[in-house]
Order: sequence, then C-alpha cells, then structure tokens
Amino acid sequence: MSNFFTDNKDLQFQLSHPLMKKIIEFKEKGFIDKDKFDYAPVDFEDALDSYHKVLEIVGDICANVIAPNAESVDQEGPQVINGHVKYARGTQKNHDTLAQAGLYGMSLPREYGGLNLSMVPYVMAAELVARGDAGFANIWGLQDCAETIHEFASKEIKDEYLPRINKGATCSMDLTEPDAGSDLQAVMLKATWDEKQNIWLLNGVKRFITNGDADIKLVLARSEEGTTDARGLSYFVYDKSHDCVKVRRIENKLGIKGSPTCELVFTNAPAKLVGDRKMGLIKYVMSLMNGARLGVSAQSVGLSEAAYREAVKYANERTQFGKAIIKFPAVYEMLSQIKAKLQASRALLYETSRFVDVYKAYNLVAEDRKLTPEERTELKEYQKLADIFTPLSKLFSSEYANQNAYDSLQVHGGSGFMKDYPIERMYRDARILNIYEGTSQLQVVAAIRGVTTGTYLAQIRKYEQTNVKPEHDYLKKQLIAMTNDYEKAVEDVHKANDNEYTDFHARRLVEMAGHIIMGYLLLIDAQRDDDFSGSAEIFVKLGAAWNSERYSYIMDFEQDDLGRFKAVMEESYE
Amino acid sequence: MTKSLKIVVLAKQVPDTRNVGKDAMKADGTVNRAALPAIFNPEDLNALEQALRLKDRFPGTTIQILTMGPGRAADIIREGLFRGTDGGVLLTDRKFAGADTLATSYALACAIRKMEPDIIIAGRQAIDGDTAQVGPQVSEKLGWPQVTYAEEIMDIDGSTITIKRRLDHGVEVVSSSLPMVVTVNASAPECRPRNAKAVMKYKHAKTVSEIQEMSEDYVQRPGCDYLRIIEWGVANVDGEDVRFGLAGSPTKVKKIENVVFQAKEAKRLTAADADIDDLMGELIANHTIG
Repeated sequence: MSNFFTDNKDLQFQLSHPLMKKIIEFKEKGFIDKDKFDYAPVDFEDALDSYHKVLEIVGDICANVIAPNAESVDQEGPQVINGHVKYARGTQKNHDTLAQAGLYGMSLPREYGGLNLSMVPYVMAAELVARGDAGFANIWGLQDCAETIHEFASKEIKDEYLPRINKGATCSMDLTEPDAGSDLQAVMLKATWDEKQNIWLLNGVKRFITNGDADIKLVLARSEEGTTDARGLSYFVYDKSHDCVKVRRIENKLGIKGSPTCELVFTNAPAKLVGDRKMGLIKYVMSLMNGARLGVSAQSVGLSEAAYREAVKYANERTQFGKAIIKFPAVYEMLSQIKAKLQASRALLYETSRFVDVYKAYNLVAEDRKLTPEERTELKEYQKLADIFTPLSKLFSSEYANQNAYDSLQVHGGSGFMKDYPIERMYRDARILNIYEGTSQLQVVAAIRGVTTGTYLAQIRKYEQTNVKPEHDYLKKQLIAMTNDYEKAVEDVHKANDNEYTDFHARRLVEMAGHIIMGYLLLIDAQRDDDFSGSAEIFVKLGAAWNSERYSYIMDFEQDDLGRFKAVMEESYE
Repeated sequence: MTKSLKIVVLAKQVPDTRNVGKDAMKADGTVNRAALPAIFNPEDLNALEQALRLKDRFPGTTIQILTMGPGRAADIIREGLFRGTDGGVLLTDRKFAGADTLATSYALACAIRKMEPDIIIAGRQAIDGDTAQVGPQVSEKLGWPQVTYAEEIMDIDGSTITIKRRLDHGVEVVSSSLPMVVTVNASAPECRPRNAKAVMKYKHAKTVSEIQEMSEDYVQRPGCDYLRIIEWGVANVDGEDVRFGLAGSPTKVKKIENVVFQAKEAKRLTAADADIDDLMGELIANHTIG
C-alpha cells in the first residue's frame, strides 16, 4: 500500500529535528493532558510516536484516496445549486475520509476535540495533502480558521464553534472584495449592530472566497460607519445554518479547479464579533495571514514533490535514441535542480515552522506562569524570526513550485502538454501559489524588513557557526563569500537613502538572503544525514551563480537608471 | 426499534498476495510468508465497515474482532480498534496451528459460543486460501442461518435482519432471524480509515504475550484495562483437542501448480450486432451457455 509519509524520508528527517523535544514538551505543557484524555501522550517519545502514526494515516489517505481522485475532481469541479456549493464527488469523498480519520482541527487543544499537534506535523500534513491534490489542500487547510477562533474569540464562541471542526465542519476566511484585494483596508462589507436581536448583521459582497459556502465563516467587515481605513474593520464569525449568505457564482479558474472560489452575497447575515472591535485587520487578519502563508508554502512544497516524482518516473520510462531520457545530461540536470529546489524550500518551510512552534509554545507556557527574562528574550527572538521567515518561505516555495512544475512538464516533452499525464494539472495548479495569500511581490514587501533590520544577516551568521565535515568546508566558504557580497549589496542600496530605490531592488536583496539561508539549511541537514549533501552542493553552486547575477546588477545600477523603468508609466492601451 | 447489538467480526491476517514479487513462492510451492507483508484480509475490512455502520446506527452496539493466528495477528485486533471496534480476541496456541477450514471454523465456533454475539460478520473469503468456506462452516457449526455475498446490511428490526446480496446476475434482498452469520463481498463499501485519536489511544493495546516480550521496565499505561487484548488458547475454549489445528484438518495439500491460462483459439469480434448474434448462437449450440 503506498503511503506519502512513509515513502518520504525527508519528512521523517524533519520530524526528528533536535528542536522537536523542546517544542513538544512546551506544547504538551509537561504532559498534563495524560490524565484527562486517553489519547494524550505521557512523554516526549510517546508524543513523537503519535505524530508519526497520525502522519501515516494522512500519508495513507493522500496516496490512496486524494491523489487517485485528483483527476476527476479537476474535470468535474464544484457547482452552485440554489445558492450553495456542491463539491465534486471526489472532493466530498476526500473530505469525508479525512473527517472520519479525525484529521480536522489537528492543532486545536484536546478540550475542543483537537489533536494538539504542533506546527511542524500540521504543516507536514498540509504538504502531504497538497502532494495528493493541491486544490483540495485549500479545503482541508482552512481548518486554520479554528486556530484564529481559538486564539482570539470569546469562550462562548470557542465552545460553540471549535468542537465542530474535528467532526468535519468546513471553514472559510472571507476577506477579499471586488475593490479590496491586496489592499484589505478598502473592505466595505457592512456590519451593523442590531439592538433588537442583540447581534451583528452583515450586508455586502465578497469575491474570490475559497470554499465560500463553508459551515463556519470568518468575515472581515466594516463595523465603524464613516471610516475608510483598517481602523474601521472588525472580524466576525458566521454560521452557515442561518442561510443568509448566497453563493452567486463560482469562478472558472486555470487551476485548483476542485477548490470552489466563490462570489458571495451577505443579506442581514447574523454574526458574532471575534475579539475586539476595530482590531479585525490590524491584529486578527494579520495573524491569520501568517498561518495561511505557511499553509501555501506547505502546499507549494507538496506540489513540488508531486511534480518531481512525476518527472523522475517519466524520465525513467521514456526511451529515446536507445536509452531512458534520464541518462541525458539535459534531463538529469533538470531533475537534480528540481530536487535541489524542492529540498531547499522544504528545509526553509520546516525551519520556519519550528520558529513558529517555539514562539507559540512560549506563549502557551506564559498562560500558566510568568516567563523568565531569558525565556521572554527567546520568545521575542523566535517570533521575530517567524515573522520574517514566513514570507521568505512563501516566496521561495511558491516560486519553486512553479519552476518545478514547469521543468517537470518539460521533462515530459509533448506528452506533458497532453491531458494524459497528471503533470499538466500540477502545472496549472501551481500558478496560483505565488499569487494568493499575498503575491510574491507582497511577500517581498514583508520580507525586506529582514534585510533592512539585519535580522536575516544575524541569523545567517548564526548558521555560519555550525561545524561542518571537512568535505563540506568548501561549501561553507562559498556561503561566507555569498554573505559578504550580500552585505555589500545591502549597503550599496541602503546608501542611496531612497525608499523607492530600496523597493526597486528589494526582491533581489531578499532573494540573495534566501539563497544563502537555504544553502545553510541544506548544509546543516547534510551534517545530520549525508543524503542531503547532493542537494546542498547543487543548491549552493546555483545560489552562488544566482547571487552573483543579482550582485552585479545592483552594483552596476545607478539611481538615475530608475527613470528608464518609470518610462513605462507613460504607456497605456485600451 | 433495535436495541444495541453484540457483533463479532471474523478477520484474518493474510500475506498480501496482491503485490506478488519474484520471491513470493518457495521452491516447494508453498507461500513464502516472509516476503509478503502481513495485512488485514481485504474482504474482512468490508465486513468490519458493515459492523461499524451498525454501531453508528445503533448506539451501545459493541464490536469484537475474533481472529486466529500467531502472536503477531494481534495487529488485526489493533487495526480494528483504530477504526472503532471495542476489543477483540486472538485465538493463538500451537495446537490451533496447521488448521484447514474445518478445524478453523471449529475453533472459531467454540470461541463464538463464549462470546455470545447477535451477529457474526465476516469477509467472503481470504486472499491466501480463497476458499470462502470458513464463514459458512462457522454458521453450520453454530446452527445459525447464514447470508453470503452480502453487499449491505440494510436494516435490523427487532430480531430480523435485512441484507442485500450481490450475485453474478444482480442483487437479491433477503431477511433472516438473529443470531446469524453474514459474509461480505468486496463490492460492499470500503472500510473507513484509521482514526487519529483511536490510534493514539490504542497504539499501546497489547496481548499478555506481547507485554511479556517487552523489556522489563515496560509499563503499560496504568489503569487502562481497555489496552489488554484478550488471548485465548485451546484451554480457554471448550472443544475437543483432536478437532483443533493439524489434528483436526483432513485436508492434505498434494501438489501446488501454477496454472497459466492460455487462449489457444482466439477470435476477434467487432461490436456489430450481427457478430454478437453469431457468437451467442455458437455458445448456445456448444452448450457453453443456456
């Protein structure tokens, strides 16, 4: 029986990371749940063993239910019937199977029916689901909403909504509107307080809402009449059973066709306020976004894995000029580059997940006792790292998923262009990854702070302290040289003292930092497991070349050159 | 109205004969069990799902898995627990070993008399022996009615059970009194997945023998009786020793042959009505059909 978890050594490697002990011990608060819940672990080994066993269930369902359904789901897609969504049959089957297996609400505490999993195994499950079907990963991944409710909503709302998640209630986060996409401050959906019913009523239109007909919806709406910016927005939870939200239509998309993207009309939809008024966008959505970005990052790595395996399979099967095409340099180079990018983005994904895990775990501990000053410093440190690694991970894994799907299709030649092979679907599905939950351009806007504040550089210097095997010394030297160039390039851009100029080069700088970071992560992994040496060598070589291109572009660039680029603003076409 | 039920599911751990490699057979023609992973017999999983659906419908229903095999067959009972059963009995004893279907059904029937279920649900057949005999033989030994080739247990009302059977030519709906034996086809709905919480809860479920094999400092989670898998030997079931295991098995394997079907006089037909009519005429004429 195939299993997407047990057939992937990299995931088991990530799960055995030394930091997992600390993460689990914090997350389980000294294993206090063991006397209250018969499925709670008694110690670290027990918990880690449970992580493995749960991921084996996920891997089994992904390999034997979700992946085999992916093609029919892509063809059939969801439909709108009487203002509500009917999933494709395969989608419904995927959802029902995962619900039966108890794989919703995975990170929720046990008192709400959850499994109390930390971020790392949860992200891993997301990667597995996406390898099975990237489109379905959205429907499954929206259980993130539970995390937001748990973190910010009142006890009353938590008690009402959270226990339903593990039983299979679906979720959606309703943010985007026709005139509020990347700029969510412009959200107009109106929330008015109804004195008589003692409840908020929502009215207006939302657009591009993934899984828009979900059982539980988190809705960003304008609660303060007369305001126009983020300070007038609050966050609400809505229950589908009120039947006051109609799906007007489902978008016809290039990819992830199984995931219903809805246009919604809210008519006097009763809703409850989540957290405090006016904090909707400023606090809650921002927090939700970070989780969602990590989710898309996992989705991207899962898709990369699927595409890579399709490419290797095809390259072994396909014979031309008397031999399997995998034996040709042009093909094996492509494949090993795909693999290097896949493993690099995975290393970054789990490093980021661990950062998130540690700071969230400290927050949990802080609920029960006062943290020591050292612990507080560490919490802040990890939170800062999580904040700037999350957009970096989203940026790279989604771009690499696209590149990997593109190259994997290329390995298939003409066959890859046909509907006969799954790679064409993966290629289409990949295209949204670097767009939604913030485009790559917006990830750069978030990540550039890591460049300007020196946080990336400080973390790189920390990685530099790792002792490496003598045979890897040259890689470390290479990475140190790349770091020095990166510092010079940052300095050069900084010198101009012009925000627009920094924005112009931001992506180049962020990417330079990212290549160095991923190079180090692979190198560090190679110290624990020699199997990573290959990808570490390939990736550092490529990264050095990519960085020197960026370096020379930046160093040869004059501030006045911006004008040539601005000239395009004069153009306009009807 | 139906009250809660006591269900026993018969299940077998079998070598996975579906993905057979080169080393699946030993030189003497017997199965090389070491080369094939041990799995839950597929149709027994279909049977288990039928049982779990009854449990969903009739609260308070309990499901026990009964299996016979070596110590490692306790895995089958754990697999059941991971999916929603309440426990199980492993029949394991050297004296049970070497049983053919007659001795197997005898041992199972002896155990079932102690368990006193309302319904026994079993897979139609196991993929290692393919006999489809054990379920029916158990029912004969108990003197209970049997319904074979079941696809769906449609309803239980009082002491009447209604079952849909899948046969070559279509489906048939039959009723029976309880207690009785059902054997389930592969066409029945597939079994639900393992449940994450159940796996975390029952992963430590062990038989006494398994606990003895653990290191000395092993302690099973204290106060958790549900983690004990019952193990019965010959002494625990009332039966005649000579009817168990090899002693009670009249079947002798004479020779195992690898049969390869070879089409000798292949004929290719078009989908045209005339061609099909000709073929039907021919088949009726030579008494292949009709």
